[in-house]
Amino acid sequence: MTNIADSNQAHSKTHWREYFGFSTDHKVIGVQYLVTSFIFFLIGGLLAMIVRAELLTPQLDVVNRSLYNGLFTMHGTIMIFLWIFPANLGLANYLVPLMIGARDMAFPKLNAIAFWQIPIVGILLLLSFFLPSGTAQAGWWSYPPVSIQNPSGHLINGEFVWLLAIAISGVSSIMGGVNFVTTIIQMRAPGMTYFKMPVYVWTIFSAQLLQLFCLPALTGAAIMLLFDLSFGTDFFSPFKNGDPIIYQHLFWFYSHPAVYVMALPAFGVFSEVIPAFARKPLFGYKVVAVSSFIIAIVGTFVWAHHMFASATPNWMRIFFMASTMLVAVPTGVKVFAWVATLWKGKLHLDTPMLFCLGGIVMFLFAGITGVMMASAPFDIHVNNTYFVVGHFHYVVFGTVTMAIYGGIYFWFPKITGRMYIESWGKIHFWLTFLGANLNFFPMHPVGLQGMLRRVSSYDPQYTGWNIVASLGAFLLGMSTLPFVANIISSWLRGHKVGNNPWLASGLEWTVSSPPPVENFAEIPIVTREPYDYGEQISRVNSDLHSI
Amino acid sequence: MQQPSRSTNNSHQEAHQDHLPLGFLIFLLSESIVFVSFFVTYAILRLKSPHWFPDGVTGLDVSKAALNTAILIFSSVIIHFAESALKAGKVITFRRLWLFTVALGIIFLFGQALEWKDMPFGINAGPVGATFYLLTGFHGLHVLAGVILLLIMYIRSLAPGNYEAGHSGVSAASLFWHFVDIIWIILFLLLYIW
Repeated sequence: MTNIADSNQAHSKTHWREYFGFSTDHKVIGVQYLVTSFIFFLIGGLLAMIVRAELLTPQLDVVNRSLYNGLFTMHGTIMIFLWIFPANLGLANYLVPLMIGARDMAFPKLNAIAFWQIPIVGILLLLSFFLPSGTAQAGWWSYPPVSIQNPSGHLINGEFVWLLAIAISGVSSIMGGVNFVTTIIQMRAPGMTYFKMPVYVWTIFSAQLLQLFCLPALTGAAIMLLFDLSFGTDFFSPFKNGDPIIYQHLFWFYSHPAVYVMALPAFGVFSEVIPAFARKPLFGYKVVAVSSFIIAIVGTFVWAHHMFASATPNWMRIFFMASTMLVAVPTGVKVFAWVATLWKGKLHLDTPMLFCLGGIVMFLFAGITGVMMASAPFDIHVNNTYFVVGHFHYVVFGTVTMAIYGGIYFWFPKITGRMYIESWGKIHFWLTFLGANLNFFPMHPVGLQGMLRRVSSYDPQYTGWNIVASLGAFLLGMSTLPFVANIISSWLRGHKVGNNPWLASGLEWTVSSPPPVENFAEIPIVTREPYDYGEQISRVNSDLHSI
Repeated sequence: MQQPSRSTNNSHQEAHQDHLPLGFLIFLLSESIVFVSFFVTYAILRLKSPHWFPDGVTGLDVSKAALNTAILIFSSVIIHFAESALKAGKVITFRRLWLFTVALGIIFLFGQALEWKDMPFGINAGPVGATFYLLTGFHGLHVLAGVILLLIMYIRSLAPGNYEAGHSGVSAASLFWHFVDIIWIILFLLLYIW
């Protein structure tokens, strides 16, 4: 890659006001995505804490049942569509052009339009709390016939607003997908062949292809559901020859791959951070890169494992059981490669590394429970119990959110030009890791014993584990405080860093921190292999922050 | 596919033009999945349903729909020649053929409106009504969007020298028109011939 001491950088700085306006700079948009999504993460977390407060006792005592339904529905919807997706897109927006040696995304204006739909979606969803009907209450999957009941009788009801928000979010995601795929295919710097791209770019490429292929099925389903709800049609209504199972197929045809859309970028972050803090090249780079594609392809043919209890015929159960278990192979390859990268490495346990190691540990746990549930007989036993909820939270929180945190810490000096406070970062990690496991582990034993999800009261025998989970949730809520304080104070007053404070490999570290508006004064010509740690770059002293 | 490094005063607009054909193609492939989800829903509902049409209705009027189909296919041929004319530098021919395509699109929409008016069942007539109006309506919206897109491209061609070296926007609009045509053919086979 180009010489690190590239002194001819045009030091045109980004004005802070740009972050509040319609900027077409991918770096500004990246930060906008990250900050906006984090605000929604806090809101979604608050909703979860109310849910957990209700579940402290077996009786219904904090909220009423309708509000409880609305709370978990909004919690799920906000966390998926307004935290995980946009936060991943924020990192990807910032990093992909820098990593492939481009000056911006292929369609900068489209990029900005895609971003500005996110706050609209969020505001719509939050406003639906104030409707006479309340929010949508059918859970984040919004299955008919529950979702097409409309008990309030209003045309503009919570479910209507929910569908509208999902549709807008879908349009935004498709715009993003078109932009990323075009950018990665057409805007790589000379010499940046597919097998010189960082694994992070590979994961974004695979994830966005999945978005483009699968998301329109949800859009189609949402349109039909909206017709059923508002115009009384009979696509999914079981009472008049409609078929609610079709909705489930369409929904999961997207929403299972959506889990990979969320998780693949997390795998990308792990693959960037671990080599940098183990001071070793990524083990089996090509295999890790290609495994992202294999996950995406196999992941498209597993959706009906969410429907083992939906009168799914046996041949279909067996097919989807086998295909689901098959996904464990390419994901296992990745975990193996990360562990092999750590093996005999010179480990530096800075905050990004801690989050990634914690994330991998929790991902392993999620992977094991995932394979358990892929087995149809077991799945039918735990169907609709907290076991599923626990598994899912080990994926979306334990894996993806941990990776997003790790990614934010890792690239924070690049984005801001300043270093965060390491000790606070470590406190943040341990609170998060402890809180997450306290919160989500107890869901497995109570799930196995039969505690149902989405019910506000429960049998007293589950009380003990539920108290542990609720305390974990409150701890998790508190864990965001050192993070927010750290980010704000370091952004304003952290000490300044050079181009490459981690001595990491990758084009993004060759430009100034923060990068100039057009990224590269001269488009680099790439000759070096990715992850060339060990030979070219060595990290002698642990006192890196002063470099 | 590598772009040679551009001059340092790279502008976003310039980059935008280069990537339009690929970006638009990706968008259309993705958009087609929405139609696939409707087609699959239609097929499953129809296969499951003991009586597809409401009482007293034997089937849809194939002949009028076939005429409309012919009009749309014909327009797809015309737009192909329009695009070739532009590539050959014949802007006047391009404009004439382009407007002819627009006219055919409007005729198609008019035919569609007439069919809706005379339809013996409404959107609430069970799965048959729901799927019929959704599929034809959603496709009709795409034809309408196509007509608007074509008109925008036409207006842009009036600026002198605008399309002298061809234009990726025209190719994209033409691709969209072919896409709408292909979707209609599948739709026609599923709704009227099956």
